Amino acid sequence: MAKGEIVAGCLAPHPPHIVYAENPPQNEPVAEGGWEQLRWGYERLRESLKDVEYDAIVVLSPHWQTYIGTHFLGLDNFQSLSVDPIFPNLFRYHYDLNVDVELAKQIHDKAHDAGLTVKMMTNPDFRVDYGTITTGHMFRPEWDKPLVVISSNRSRDYYSVEVMQEMMMELGRVTREAILDSGKKVVVLASNSLSHRHFTTESKIPEDMSKEHITSHAMHLWDMRMIDYMKSGQCQRLIDEMPEFTEQAIAETDGGAFTWLLSTLEVPDYPAILHGYGTIIGTGNAIVEWPVYQHKGE
Amino acid sequence: MSGGEIVESFVVPVHPHTVLAPQQNEGWSKLRAAYDDAAEIISNSGADLLIIYSTTWPSIIGHQMISDPNPEWVMVDHDFHDLGSINYSFNIDAEFAAQWNAENHSRGLQSRCVNYRGFPIDVGSVVALTLLNPDNKIPAVIVSSNVYADRSETTVLAKACRDLVKKTGRKAVAITAMSLSNRMFTEHIEAKNDKIHSLKDDEWNRKILEFLTEGRLEDVGQLSRTIQQQIRVQKVVNFKPMWWLSAMNENRNDLTGKVLAYEAIHGAGCAVVHLNPTPSGVGDKEYDEDEVEVFSGERGVLDNIVSSEEETISSPADNGPELWDPTNAEGSVNTDAAPKPVGAYPHARRVGDLLYLSGVGPRQPGTNAIPGGPIHDGNGKSLNYDIKAQTQAVIDNISRILEEAGSSIDNVLDVTSFLIDMDRDFKGYNEVWADTLGKVGPTRTTLAIRALPTPIAVEMKVIAKI
Repeated sequence: MAKGEIVAGCLAPHPPHIVYAENPPQNEPVAEGGWEQLRWGYERLRESLKDVEYDAIVVLSPHWQTYIGTHFLGLDNFQSLSVDPIFPNLFRYHYDLNVDVELAKQIHDKAHDAGLTVKMMTNPDFRVDYGTITTGHMFRPEWDKPLVVISSNRSRDYYSVEVMQEMMMELGRVTREAILDSGKKVVVLASNSLSHRHFTTESKIPEDMSKEHITSHAMHLWDMRMIDYMKSGQCQRLIDEMPEFTEQAIAETDGGAFTWLLSTLEVPDYPAILHGYGTIIGTGNAIVEWPVYQHKGE
Repeated sequence: MSGGEIVESFVVPVHPHTVLAPQQNEGWSKLRAAYDDAAEIISNSGADLLIIYSTTWPSIIGHQMISDPNPEWVMVDHDFHDLGSINYSFNIDAEFAAQWNAENHSRGLQSRCVNYRGFPIDVGSVVALTLLNPDNKIPAVIVSSNVYADRSETTVLAKACRDLVKKTGRKAVAITAMSLSNRMFTEHIEAKNDKIHSLKDDEWNRKILEFLTEGRLEDVGQLSRTIQQQIRVQKVVNFKPMWWLSAMNENRNDLTGKVLAYEAIHGAGCAVVHLNPTPSGVGDKEYDEDEVEVFSGERGVLDNIVSSEEETISSPADNGPELWDPTNAEGSVNTDAAPKPVGAYPHARRVGDLLYLSGVGPRQPGTNAIPGGPIHDGNGKSLNYDIKAQTQAVIDNISRILEEAGSSIDNVLDVTSFLIDMDRDFKGYNEVWADTLGKVGPTRTTLAIRALPTPIAVEMKVIAKI
């Protein structure tokens, strides 16, 4: 069997507003547009990867929050209606997603062997979280590739960002190992925003872009600092500054997805491609690609 | 209608084990039995409304309330999915939810109703309603826990609800779906090995339960920040449910409390606690944190300038001279729901069938904040202000004083209004009048004056009948 590979890794945030603004047939609410900078960013990401072949998508979403280890979707297919508990006015999405259970189990087993607490989720009534669905839709709206869906272990809440980082670095390492062993070509996605302080009010028309901006200048500075590191290939600095960033920007990196992503990519030292940056209800969001396929053998 | 009250209150655990697997662990079965006892107490209480504040339903845009009259779905826990699924079909009092939403707005809170098919009702609410109201006999309302809210916002949320319960004559049960210590084991454990995660968590849990057994609910509310630091995983800004439950019970320390069960679920401290309003004990209070009636927190993040839709409420500081307690001569009518006087006089005085109100401004009770903003700052610098918001606040204050006297806004006979800037403000003042007192029809005189004692733009002098 040929060795598997990660062909690309992406920071692919999940605010439901961007699905809402696209008006896909699966989503019940109707919008007049909005958040174009981010939606165009996802278009550029899709265009960038259109000629890259892969078999599966592995995604870690902060909105499947587990406190007892890391969980993996463990059935072949999930279909249901996902209603965002925070923004139900924007996101009521009818999903139908396939899971690469074989690959999920391989990552699960590797993680278990490495001493991490893990569990397969095999309850057919389980509703997939809206973060996974939003990222899945925006990354590949055709839904024609199977997913591996990994929960967000809230070790940051229980311990600290440092402990979270250690666990996610390890989970990223075994995820990579399992992918290489599987013989499959895979894209890995971290579904999270950067700075994550929301507005606590919503304008009358949610897609009124005259109301949209970063919550504070400090949040903007932090986001730009982290994006500069991504663009200049300084991912180790991202890891090093993650605790401070997570605390000060109330960043959604607290869910571990970004650290995990960088670990699956072996903390790359080549520049990432920034496809878009924008704010959503005050939070900072970047769509970023690490084009591994361009750096084979480096 | 009047005479509504909170007839019972409960603290109940959130995890699905009590529904799906009580037989697997002796402690879980005790919690289930306590849940069943609580259901029986509720059934015998004559309650006609269950109000659930759930800590497992986080919200961001203010607070959210379920207003789907019959939400139905299947709930699977994110962590304990292997225990099974819970089918639910609940009886929600959508009208009460809508009224509560309106009450929240009148107190400066952000909130909204949610009525969408398939909305994922949280695990804590599903467990509580499934076990406390098994046949759906009593309609319920469920409110979220805002992740950014702190004490004042949570307290005002409860007071808005409590006043509505009184106003609508409901017999309500207040329920917080919550853990005490919330640290679970971070590894999978055998059911038989379950216990409280640590000795420290257990000691704090028992301390809380001792307070509750003595009916000292407000004391637990006052300890909330300490409890958060000591035994709570830092998922949210603060430990809020006791603020809500205490305010629902008039911030009392003399309730009659009983712990029906206290056990561990996967390491977390879980209890079923019954609090009855029958007075017991001394009930003395030592406040570290003050009463609050209206929320005036930071909310202007969408706009840097005041808009007509997003009216601002001023800082309570520098809003005028010293405040006085109202005087109490014969026939005086005073209320905490109206702003304190700026001199020695009552809010109103009754003579026969008539009520004479002292001049009423827009300042808010408790905070002294001015909706629509003050006319100048502490240094006398003129500020932009919203006359419509001020006028509406004046009428709301009048309404509260009249209700305290057993009357209502519908009984106003004569009004003398004072404006500090007739040219600027008459139009806005007149518009609000037309929508409110204009529909009641009192006689009216409007005067321009140079100033009022506090930095407000409008005041009204009212005569009403009982």
